[in-house]
Amino acid sequence: MNLNRAALLAGVRDTVPMLVGAAPFGVIFGTLAIASGIPVWAVLALSALVFAGSSQFVAVSLIGGGAALPVIWLTTFVVNLRHALYSASLLPAVRELPARWRWLLAFWLTDETYAVVEHRLRTQGVADGGAAYWLGSSLAMYLNWQLWTVAGVLLGQSVPGLAQLGLDFAMVATFAAIVAPQLRQRPVLAAALAAGGVALLARHLPYKLGLMLAALAGVLAGLLAERLAASQPQGEEA
Amino acid sequence: MNLLLAIAGMVVVTYGIRLSFLVFGHRLVFPPLLQRALHYVPAAVLTALIVPMALAPQGPIDLSAANAYLPGTLAAATVAFFSRQTLPAILLGFAVYGVWRWLF
Repeated sequence: MNLNRAALLAGVRDTVPMLVGAAPFGVIFGTLAIASGIPVWAVLALSALVFAGSSQFVAVSLIGGGAALPVIWLTTFVVNLRHALYSASLLPAVRELPARWRWLLAFWLTDETYAVVEHRLRTQGVADGGAAYWLGSSLAMYLNWQLWTVAGVLLGQSVPGLAQLGLDFAMVATFAAIVAPQLRQRPVLAAALAAGGVALLARHLPYKLGLMLAALAGVLAGLLAERLAASQPQGEEA
Repeated sequence: MNLLLAIAGMVVVTYGIRLSFLVFGHRLVFPPLLQRALHYVPAAVLTALIVPMALAPQGPIDLSAANAYLPGTLAAATVAFFSRQTLPAILLGFAVYGVWRWLF
């Protein structure tokens, strides 16, 4: 397959807003991971090989807290499972692509790239450089994430004792800032309340098992609230 | 804990999920209930990480003025809730946390 350079560059260009949005998270991730005592090679490996921001943040928090391996893997699975949804949604558009392209592009499938390429692939398929467009968006996100992770690592190393300065608080603030806008939806609010309550009660369980219990309770509460809202004849819009 | 093993497992799990339908799609179905359940995962997992850190940073539940995590977290959440802007929320939360620690 000849690479359509114009489509590749268009993919990069359309991803620029996502690059700007991801940059601070890359820096915060690198800095926090170093401040939590994770070795440099492992921080860089997380960004280069896992390449899934939210699960990287969660992993730093779990590794720092001494979680068991299966808890880390299971949490990664749960947090990243939404990518299977993207994988399923893009499949019809890219069926004709050679398997090696699908293996390659799947590696870089993030929220941001999915948001950028989904419309074009759904409406035009892989004709006229759709695959190159996807590759452009993927490479831009990937290189951007590596760059800002390294910047964060350098920042974390240049200021020793960042953890004592309260940088561990930055993780809580980051998570809170991500979650809070979603709480406008009632079922999400129910999910957050249930998960937070269970996590608080189960915080002394070993290996961070409480996180798994809390996630399960949250998802069940969300589904239940969704059902209750749907069964109310004059229920408010959730 | 073996860090290399932890990361290797995360790579396998994450890449496996991304490959799932794109490469093995003809053999898979995505149950609708699972699709709806996924909607709640980020909020559930992140809140489960936030709440114990904000309310009990040292282990026991601490609602005293000495716990700067709580006002800082509430500030970040409030700003994000109303503005939907992540970065200003983090910065303001951090400012409240810092000032609180300096005061108490």
